[in-house]
Amino acid sequence: MGSTSSTLLKIPNVEVLMQETGFSPAHMIRLHDRFKALDKEGRGHLCPQDFGAIKELAMNPIGDRIIGAFFCPGKETVDFHTFVKILAHFRPVDKNRPKEPNSPEPINSRSNKLRFAFQLYDQDKDGKISRDELLKVLQAMLGMQVTEEQLESIADRTIQEADLDRDDAISFEEFRKVSPEILHSRCFIKV
Amino acid sequence: MEGAWEIAFVLFQVWLSIVVGLIVLPAMFGVSLGFTDIYIRVLVKTLEWATLRIQRGQKEQPTLPSQSANGIIEKDDGSMEEEIGELRRSHPKNLVGGDFTMCDAFYFCKKGIENIVEDQVTQRFTSEELASWNLLTRTNNNFRYISVRLTIIWGLGVFIRYCILLPLRITLAVIGLSWLVIGTTIVGLLPSSNAKNWLSDLVHITCYRICARGLSATIRYHNKENRPKKGGICVANHTSPIDIVILANDGCYAMVGQVHGGLMGVIQRSMVLSCPHVWFERSEMKDRHAVAKRLKDHIADKTKLPILIFPEGTCINNTSVMMFKKGSFEIGRTIYPVAIKYDPQFGDAFWNSAKYNIVSYLLRMMTSWAIVCNVWYLPPMTRQDGEDAVQFANRVKSAIAHQGGLVDLSWDGGLKREKVKESLKEEQQKMYSSMIKCLFSPNRIVNY
Repeated sequence: MGSTSSTLLKIPNVEVLMQETGFSPAHMIRLHDRFKALDKEGRGHLCPQDFGAIKELAMNPIGDRIIGAFFCPGKETVDFHTFVKILAHFRPVDKNRPKEPNSPEPINSRSNKLRFAFQLYDQDKDGKISRDELLKVLQAMLGMQVTEEQLESIADRTIQEADLDRDDAISFEEFRKVSPEILHSRCFIKV
Repeated sequence: MEGAWEIAFVLFQVWLSIVVGLIVLPAMFGVSLGFTDIYIRVLVKTLEWATLRIQRGQKEQPTLPSQSANGIIEKDDGSMEEEIGELRRSHPKNLVGGDFTMCDAFYFCKKGIENIVEDQVTQRFTSEELASWNLLTRTNNNFRYISVRLTIIWGLGVFIRYCILLPLRITLAVIGLSWLVIGTTIVGLLPSSNAKNWLSDLVHITCYRICARGLSATIRYHNKENRPKKGGICVANHTSPIDIVILANDGCYAMVGQVHGGLMGVIQRSMVLSCPHVWFERSEMKDRHAVAKRLKDHIADKTKLPILIFPEGTCINNTSVMMFKKGSFEIGRTIYPVAIKYDPQFGDAFWNSAKYNIVSYLLRMMTSWAIVCNVWYLPPMTRQDGEDAVQFANRVKSAIAHQGGLVDLSWDGGLKREKVKESLKEEQQKMYSSMIKCLFSPNRIVNY
């Protein structure tokens, strides 16, 4: 009969992680169990195939991109630390957090949530969503259901509406302006 | 030394006669001496006490995380349409047109992240989590040390289960299976006659009853008037190989399955001597028509026992029912659905074949407290006009899920081994494309 604190201690650097991400001890244990369950071969880290084994994710039109968001460029594995930090983006915003001027922005701020979504589009990480990148996402979400022309016209219209500085690409600021307010109150990890 | 061996031998004989006299013989005649009932009642009282102690312990120390059986996700159960609609409505420009907006991607992103944290399919292939601990180490998820008394009770439980119950149960299992092999071989020597069928049924039922005692199984059968009849097909949800013992305690079935080697093979071969079962070679299983034909021939013969089939094709953890394979529903006869629900408090019956092999699984079964389950016989169903096999299978599946209090899922149990079909992704894309109004202009061309 182990104690909770001993289960927590098995997770390396758990105190730091909880501080950075804001997850409670119960959540950390759950996420650790989930990490271990996904890591079927017990290697201590996850690779893209481990994510690919989640059936509902494989069915998601932008599943590949979501999986890609977990892996830093050039890296083929994800450790628990990174896993939790990425998931922390989706915690509900802490309404009562005191606004200290020098403290780093929390991972689950609205801005960081939007940045995560932005990066799903901006795969080459140049800070802008080009027309091509937009087309690729549209292609993923709509597949064979539409023609090339329809995709292009949707992409054109979207850029026209959002692109304020007329550089034929959508920067993060422009993306932020066209994103809904509701993004941050709908995030779903139960506290 | 001689003396010690003699004493051991005598003790063994005494032990054996007690077991046979008090357990095996009554079991064979379907008589219960009440031991199991008393045991279960004591067990229930002990577990209730343990639960209260743990809850009290948790209240006293509020820093303890309380166990949430529903997981970490607060799911929005809205449909794709509702959720994307909400995202769009809160758009700064308040688009009513229903056209593509960049935030639509956020819906898919959210769903994806939800599934990474918890998904419906993987969760069905691990044991069900208990709301409160049942004093078995194997179900211990974060239950911490509460009090000395609880630890003592737990230790006592370990002793009882491993040193008293386990040897008893192994003895019973050995007796039961040996009786099955010997009995069916003897009956097989008789010429075909009504007497032979009756004896064969007797041998099978008595053997399964002994095996059921060997698991301390308490089974409650409901609606016995709907019990499967000869010439019919009995379908049930699948949780473990023990399902066969559970069902066969109350009726005789013809089993369907693959031929195995080793001990299983011996049992299979002797069972077939006394009454017909349907065993397939591995190579035959691939030919769906051959399989269907053999099953059809079997049920066409009204003197043969009803077939027992588990259409899910794999073991699920008894919290849900997964897709039923349509093969059994194409044969076109009366289907007798049966729902089996185990009570996880006394022992988890789910066989996680990825984690445990059959022997370690059986040992885990025999060192659990008990197997307590409910079996509901549902009214027979037949395929309606205009219904195809898949719709029929789904209808039966829903009936079973509803009766057993299980979640009705349309996921294929075989997915635990295979990849997701492209068609499922296409369905998602199709649903999403219907939400983009500009695509419905007159000159829309859709590529398929």
